[in-house]
Amino acid sequence: MAETHTMDIKRIRADFPVLDVEVKPGVKLVYLDSGATSQKPMQVIERMNQYYRAENANIHRGVHKLAEQATEDYEGARGKIAKFINAAKSKEIVFTRNATESVNLVAHTWGRANLQAGDVVVLTEMEHHANLVPWQMLANERGIRLEFIPVTEGGVLDMSALPGLLELKPKLVSFTAMSNVLGTITPVAEIVKAAHAAGALAMVDGAQSVPHLPTDVQALDIDFLVFSSHKMLGPTGLGVLYGKEALLEAMPPFMGGGDMIKRVKLREFSTAGVPHKFEAGTPAIAEVIGLGAAVDYLNEIGMDAIAAHDRELTAYALERLEEVPGVWIFGPGIEHKSSNASFTLKGAHPHDVAEILNRHGVATRAGHHCAMPVHEKFGVPATTRASFYLYNTKEEIDTLVEALYQVKEIFK
Amino acid sequence: MDDLYREVIIDRYQNPRFSGTLDPHTHSYEDDNPVCGDHIRIDLRVDDKDVVTEAKFTGEGCSISQASADLLMEKITGMPVAEVRKLAKQDILDLLGIELGPVRLKCALLSLKVLKGGVYGLDEVMSLDELAES
Repeated sequence: MAETHTMDIKRIRADFPVLDVEVKPGVKLVYLDSGATSQKPMQVIERMNQYYRAENANIHRGVHKLAEQATEDYEGARGKIAKFINAAKSKEIVFTRNATESVNLVAHTWGRANLQAGDVVVLTEMEHHANLVPWQMLANERGIRLEFIPVTEGGVLDMSALPGLLELKPKLVSFTAMSNVLGTITPVAEIVKAAHAAGALAMVDGAQSVPHLPTDVQALDIDFLVFSSHKMLGPTGLGVLYGKEALLEAMPPFMGGGDMIKRVKLREFSTAGVPHKFEAGTPAIAEVIGLGAAVDYLNEIGMDAIAAHDRELTAYALERLEEVPGVWIFGPGIEHKSSNASFTLKGAHPHDVAEILNRHGVATRAGHHCAMPVHEKFGVPATTRASFYLYNTKEEIDTLVEALYQVKEIFK
Repeated sequence: MDDLYREVIIDRYQNPRFSGTLDPHTHSYEDDNPVCGDHIRIDLRVDDKDVVTEAKFTGEGCSISQASADLLMEKITGMPVAEVRKLAKQDILDLLGIELGPVRLKCALLSLKVLKGGVYGLDEVMSLDELAES
């Protein structure tokens, strides 16, 4: 396995100005909340600044120098992002506001065009609300039926239930590639293959996996993939929907307005081709260019090295947390997970834990992490989650553990 | 010991005096803080002179939400309902004896919100945001 030393963490950390922040005098930030949003390197921040300082113009149709440049950079970033997940074509990348909007886009357009009352959509019990509520809305609206791949006591998907669910002839199987709470890495290739064999499309929520693991949509034969810019070193306000070209072509448009049309008359319109059909109005131009810079940054370090680093940190965190009496770690062991550790501490509510950790500069997240059903499944209303990324170190995990002993001291 | 986790708060969290349910009761109401999932139910017995004779709570949540609920139950026991209705944000802060940031303020105010829901009825209850700004 690749070791941390394949990455120069010190050099990487120097690229992230926020990591030098002191949360109070003498207490340095220990940022363990990348599962919520990652920090941004100077390369991304500066690229966006550069756009606003010297390149700002609206894209498409403009014939002046800046407009042409902005269009080229915007579409160039689309190409980088396509390559990053090994999409066959740039036009298979649609920009949205966030991963949530990407799921909603598919539910709203593909879902309404293809799903009727009684049609089955298979999800899993470990979904983020973003891959749950849009389908519940469609279920309420037109009576589609939702079924769920269960989560085992060990925090992984119960794959033995899949064949039975596929016998229901679902139209779609939509599932996370990496749980934002359990950290579980799901068997994407296996599920996609089984879904296809049963005649269903496969959609993957890659909000957590794309930042942490190499992604190859063609090798995995994924039909739709959704992910978020801000969890992979890019800016907020930008999400991505990958869809196979033929699927996107066949889908009705999402929102109406400028840019998504070919021709408009007073009472009718015809739609533009993909991906612009789904990008009504002025998009997040600076953000798209910023995400392009983020992808350059990730590529330079290498997703294999990042995945190995995240895994090593996660393994270390699990090991250290297990030493703390009263800590209960949520989810599977390191063989099935990466990038986060959610836990409870006996006698202290997760909010109190996070609050006291904060006094030691340690930024974690407490709550249900937008995944209430999986918490309910394990009988806890909330957990504290520490999540890791390429700039984190083992020393920071040591700080977390030392701070946890302080929590225990207060709630003894 | 730091301010937020004063002894009284940890003590009330770990050993609540007014934990439980009342059967029969004259008022019962429950609610969540949707931000964190904290949950509180309050049962009251109000006599024919409109005085709270007994108050109990059950719930799940952080030390601030649970300790403030326990302290609030103590405060309203024996209090006329007319006075209960007048309770406001500052009364809760006085009970806890601490300053709170915007997020933890809502933890502290959940029990007051539930109490007001119980004594006023659903229609007039303020949201946690409204209470926090009151």
